[in-house]
Amino acid sequence: MHELSLCQAILDHVDARSGGRPVRRVEVRIGHLRQVVPDSLQFSWEMLTEQTDLADCELHVEHVPAVVHCEACGADTTLDLPVLACAACESMNVELRSGNEMQLAWIDVAEEVC
Amino acid sequence: MGRFHRHADGTEHNHDHGEDHAHRDVGDHSGYPETGVSRVAVLESILSENDRVADANRDALERGGVWAVNIMSSPGAGKTALLKRTLVALGEEVRVGVLEGDIATSLDADELGGLGATISLVNTSAGFGGECHLDAVMVRSGMTRLPLDELDLLLIENVGNLVCPAEFDVGQHARAMVYAVTEGEEKPLKYPVMFRAADVVVVNKVDLLPHLDFDLDLFLSNLQAINPTATVIQISARTGEGVDEWCTWLRQHLVAADQASASRT
Repeated sequence: MHELSLCQAILDHVDARSGGRPVRRVEVRIGHLRQVVPDSLQFSWEMLTEQTDLADCELHVEHVPAVVHCEACGADTTLDLPVLACAACESMNVELRSGNEMQLAWIDVAEEVC
Repeated sequence: MGRFHRHADGTEHNHDHGEDHAHRDVGDHSGYPETGVSRVAVLESILSENDRVADANRDALERGGVWAVNIMSSPGAGKTALLKRTLVALGEEVRVGVLEGDIATSLDADELGGLGATISLVNTSAGFGGECHLDAVMVRSGMTRLPLDELDLLLIENVGNLVCPAEFDVGQHARAMVYAVTEGEEKPLKYPVMFRAADVVVVNKVDLLPHLDFDLDLFLSNLQAINPTATVIQISARTGEGVDEWCTWLRQHLVAADQASASRT
């Protein structure tokens, strides 16, 4: 259940970046290779934001596929299993291009009405 | 499945909104952000604050001349038994500190007492319902109770858990994973983050191999697929087999850290 810790860290970022403005939506990007359960993250988010100013703030979790680039044959492979290998030539000499993300992408804040 | 949504960045998904949900527009709202809303790009790691504290921990350890290893495993794989053996084997030759992370109780810390190491206990139950891992802030707090200037090696015993500890840098210099042969050959495929994070995988309880249907070669090939560069050391913390090899691994890193530190100054 480190999703609870992750949500707390997301909330800390949101607090720092929102400048006190109401926050409508938050998008996080989670790579395929991270062991983060989206449902668990949503549940933690609802639990932590309940009865706070962020109670209506939506958390959107974008899943980022794991892609490796093969240094041997140049092919790109989108991984299903967490084995870092090229699907075309089976080489393990690959560079991870995406899939390790655990990133807060952006927040949507309501502008103050004058 | 809930309602269909398409967002400004082109992503699409389905989810339900509660009836009192402030987000009123249903369906395609790829024109987002709507009027009156502005998008603040953050593009920062969720754990950036943890990582900042972890870097500060590492700096503090290096200033004290301490090399630290973060020891992780599932519950019952044998971390504490290995630590006990390690403290006995290293004896007075290496000055050791142990930072002991447990959700509750001081049982492990008590077990390691009287073997010459300075022990700092971090009970993670002070967190929200008991944290399942050590993070950099908890380790920072545990480090304040250790005389870093008088230590060479810090053994950080993480909370027994194969998932969460792997995601958190605590300021260690290397990650060790203790895996027991009673856990099954497929574990590297099921817990890839942990197995990939490890610099060394200590395969424990090998004294039980004659009594198990465990296929060691299959486990090693699964590990190789997930983490081709990990050092593998087979041990039995019960009989002491292989503990020398583990201690040699520790000593080699202590010497390398010493040399690196000498070349910096």
